Amino acid sequence: MSATLRDLNPYLVLVLIGFLPNEIWRWMGVFVARGIDEKSEFLVWVRAVATAILAGVIAQLIFVPAGSLGTIPLWARLAALGVGFAVLLGVRRSIIAGVLAGEVVLIAAGMAFGTAR
Amino acid sequence: MSSHAEPIEDERARALPPEGAPGWTGFAAGLKASFRSVLAYALIGTFVGYGGLCLDLGLSVWWAALSTLFIFAAPAQVILVTTLGAGTLVQAALAVTLSAIRLLPMVVALLPMIREPQTRTRDLILPAHFVAVSMWVESLRLAPHVPREQRVGFCNGIGTGMTIMSVAGTVAGYLLAARLPPTFAAAVLFLTPMMFLVSTARGATTISDRVAFALGLAVTPGLILAGFELALLYGALLGGTLGYAAHRLRRAAA
Repeated sequence: MSATLRDLNPYLVLVLIGFLPNEIWRWMGVFVARGIDEKSEFLVWVRAVATAILAGVIAQLIFVPAGSLGTIPLWARLAALGVGFAVLLGVRRSIIAGVLAGEVVLIAAGMAFGTAR
Repeated sequence: MSSHAEPIEDERARALPPEGAPGWTGFAAGLKASFRSVLAYALIGTFVGYGGLCLDLGLSVWWAALSTLFIFAAPAQVILVTTLGAGTLVQAALAVTLSAIRLLPMVVALLPMIREPQTRTRDLILPAHFVAVSMWVESLRLAPHVPREQRVGFCNGIGTGMTIMSVAGTVAGYLLAARLPPTFAAAVLFLTPMMFLVSTARGATTISDRVAFALGLAVTPGLILAGFELALLYGALLGGTLGYAAHRLRRAAA
């Protein structure tokens, strides 16, 4: 299976590679809702893997940036992420404060060190 | 970290439908609750970033909007579009489905709280579809204060409101990124990783999730830079399994 997504109709990709692989877990949730113990050890592991994959997505977006995010140097992308995280921890675990702080750092770094085309 | 129940402010409690109200009031109350949720605004930010990503990756605005309407799960969507052109079909589908496994326990936790003994299974498909981090957190917090016969409608209302805001955010991000100077377009793209980082960090309250998250952040960049095709999956399995091991170790020590 070496076909890439570009070889297919994008709306077919949306349904087959996006909608179905995602939605199936919601459907399964409906049917196993009675059977599964929410405190089972298997679900502790499943949740941990799910959390780690989110971490991986963040890493991918930062280290392999799409489009214009690549005009900001890697160290500045990392610094912005770090500042946002620090502010989250510092300011009453506020998501909005963390995101705003990270964005301010990123924009400032972009203006000072950006390599915009 | 103990998660103590958050008290509901008077104003919010007044928005919830009273006992014996007609069927649509649960839905209306859920819709209203979604527009008052601070998480919904974080959600809009995530989808603004996603919209910008879609533009940068050469997808159409229709595709971007429809993907949010039908998938309504930002991590799966970001994985889907970032593997576009790069990964194989199997890798992309695997990565999407792995990111979505977390939805299963969320659905399992929510449905018993909102259904009645006579509720038909097919009436639970829609609230299950709307399950995503923000909707789930708000439903779990607010639904217990809604009369039981209104809860399915209430959750559908929250989900509908959040979907509307997410699609609007996607389109706004797409159109915005097209007109912005590069630094600000970069800022729009940066919204997604930043939002994922703070909302996941905030939601990770158990030792297993925290270790898994930290390890995922630490290990995956190395795997990506080393050129592993399945870096995301390896990082997730490694981080998640070691997170689970930490949970076992702590329990054994206790």
